[in-house]
Amino acid sequence: MAALILAPLATIGRSVMGLLAGVGRVSIYAGATVSHLFRPPFYPREFLIQLMQIGFLSLPVVGLTALFTGGALALQIYSGGARFNAEAVVPSIVAIGMVRELGPVLGGLMVAGRVAAAIAAEIGTMKVTEQIDALVTLSTNPLKYLTLPRVLAATLSLPLLVAIGDSIGIFGGYLVGTTRLGFNAANYIQNTVDFLEAWDVISGMIKGAVFGFIVAMMGCYHGMNSGKGAAGVGRATTNAVVSASILILASNYILTEVFFSA
Amino acid sequence: MITLSDVHKSFGPKQVLRGVNLEVPKGESMVIIGGSGTGKSVLLKSVLGLVRHDSGMILLDGEDVTRAARDPFLARFGMLFQGAALFDSLPVWHNVAFRLMRGHLKRPKSEAREIAIEKLRRVGLKPDVADLYPSELSGGMQKRVGLARAIAAEPEIIFFDEPTTGLDPIMSGVINDLIREIVVEMGATAMTITHDMSSVRAIADKIAMLHDGVIQWTGPVADMDSADDPYLRQFITGSADGPIEAVR
Repeated sequence: MAALILAPLATIGRSVMGLLAGVGRVSIYAGATVSHLFRPPFYPREFLIQLMQIGFLSLPVVGLTALFTGGALALQIYSGGARFNAEAVVPSIVAIGMVRELGPVLGGLMVAGRVAAAIAAEIGTMKVTEQIDALVTLSTNPLKYLTLPRVLAATLSLPLLVAIGDSIGIFGGYLVGTTRLGFNAANYIQNTVDFLEAWDVISGMIKGAVFGFIVAMMGCYHGMNSGKGAAGVGRATTNAVVSASILILASNYILTEVFFSA
Repeated sequence: MITLSDVHKSFGPKQVLRGVNLEVPKGESMVIIGGSGTGKSVLLKSVLGLVRHDSGMILLDGEDVTRAARDPFLARFGMLFQGAALFDSLPVWHNVAFRLMRGHLKRPKSEAREIAIEKLRRVGLKPDVADLYPSELSGGMQKRVGLARAIAAEPEIIFFDEPTTGLDPIMSGVINDLIREIVVEMGATAMTITHDMSSVRAIADKIAMLHDGVIQWTGPVADMDSADDPYLRQFITGSADGPIEAVR
C-alpha cells in the first residue's frame, strides 16, 4: 500500500530533481561562458563568422515571417475592428502588435528553428567526432572558441533582426491596408508614426537580445552535451530547438510583465 | 616520464579503470593493447585531463597532471585522434597550424602556413592539399593530416589513439612506419593505443595489455611472443578461446 502511494511521488520527485539539476547545469554553463567575455584570448574572426551566419543569413527567414504576419495582422484587426466600428485602428495596432510582441517573438522562434538547430548539430557533431577534445588538447577553450562567439553574435544581432523585422512587418500591414482594405497611404503611415512610441520599439529589441542569448546558449549547451552517434546529435538538435522555443515564450511573458504591467 | 599509479575511473555503475599502474619513461614508445571497450581511450584521456579520474595519481615528470597549469602542460602534448578529429570548418593547413596561430606559440600567419606545409610534406602530403578542406580527403589522408597536426608544434609527448583503425592494410603500414620514424626522429615519448598487432610490432618499444581495468602484462615488445601470460597469448593469436570472454 505504501509503495502504491510512494511510487508516483518518487517519480514526480525524480522529474523535479532532474529538472532542477538541468537548470543548474545550464546556469553554470551560461555563467562560465559570460565570464569569458572580458578575459583574453579573444577570437574576433570566429565572432565575425557567427555574426554573418546567425545575423545576416537569418534576414530572409525573419523578413518573410514579419511580412506575412504584418499582412495577416492587418486583415484580422480590420475584420475584428469592424464589429465595433473601429477599422481605423488598423495601422496603430499593427505597429504596436508587431513591434512589441510578434516581431521579437516570431523572429526569435524562427531564429531558434534555424540557428539553435544548426549550432547544436554542428557542435554536437564536433563533440561525437572528438573535435572538442582535439580543441582542448590544442590549448583552446571550447567555451571561448565556440560558445562565446555564437552567444555574443546572436545576442547582438537579434535586436537588429527584430528592428528590421518590425519595419517589414509594418510594411506588410501597410501593403494589405492600402491595397485590400482601402486605407489612404499617407494616412496609414501618419497613423503608424503618431501612435508608435520609442519604448515600444526598444522593449522589443531588448526582448530580441534576450531571445538571441537563449537561442545560442541552448544550441551550444545541447551540442556540447550531445549523446553518441547520429541519434545523439539528432536528440541534441531537437532538445535545443524545443528548449529555446519554450524559454523564448516563457521569458517573453516575464519581460512583458516587467515592461508593461503598470 | 609519465607515471600512473592505482588509477580508477567509473562511468556510473560501470568501472572502466580499476587500479592501473604504468610507467612510460621519457623517449620511449609505449603501446597499450586490449579489446574494444576496455578503457584504453579513457586511460589516454585521463592523462590529458580530458577525463577526470576518480582516484589514484597521474604524474608527468613528478607533477600531478590535475594540478599542472593547463596551457604549458598541454603544449607539451600532441595527439592523433581515432577519427583524426580535424576541424571541418577550417582548411587543412589551418588545421595543422592551429596551435601555432594562438596562445604563446602564436606566430605570423605566413610562417604558420609554411610550417604546416613542411609538416604535411613530412607525412607524405603534397603542398596542394593545404588549401583543401578535411571532408575532401580520404580516410588515410585525414589520418596523415591529423598526424601532421599532432607534430606541428614539436611536442615532447605524442599520443596516438588507434592510428590504423579504418585504414586498409597498406595504408596502415604506411601510417605505422611514419609514426615510428617521427617518434624516433623527434625523440618524443609516445603512447599508442591499438588492437592492431601490426601496429604494435611496428611502433612499440614496450607494450602493456589492459584488461578488466588493470594492466595484465607489460614488457618489451621483444618478449611479447615468448610471454606465457594467457591473456596476452589469446590477444596475440586472436583466439576466441581463452580467459578473455569473446562476448563483452
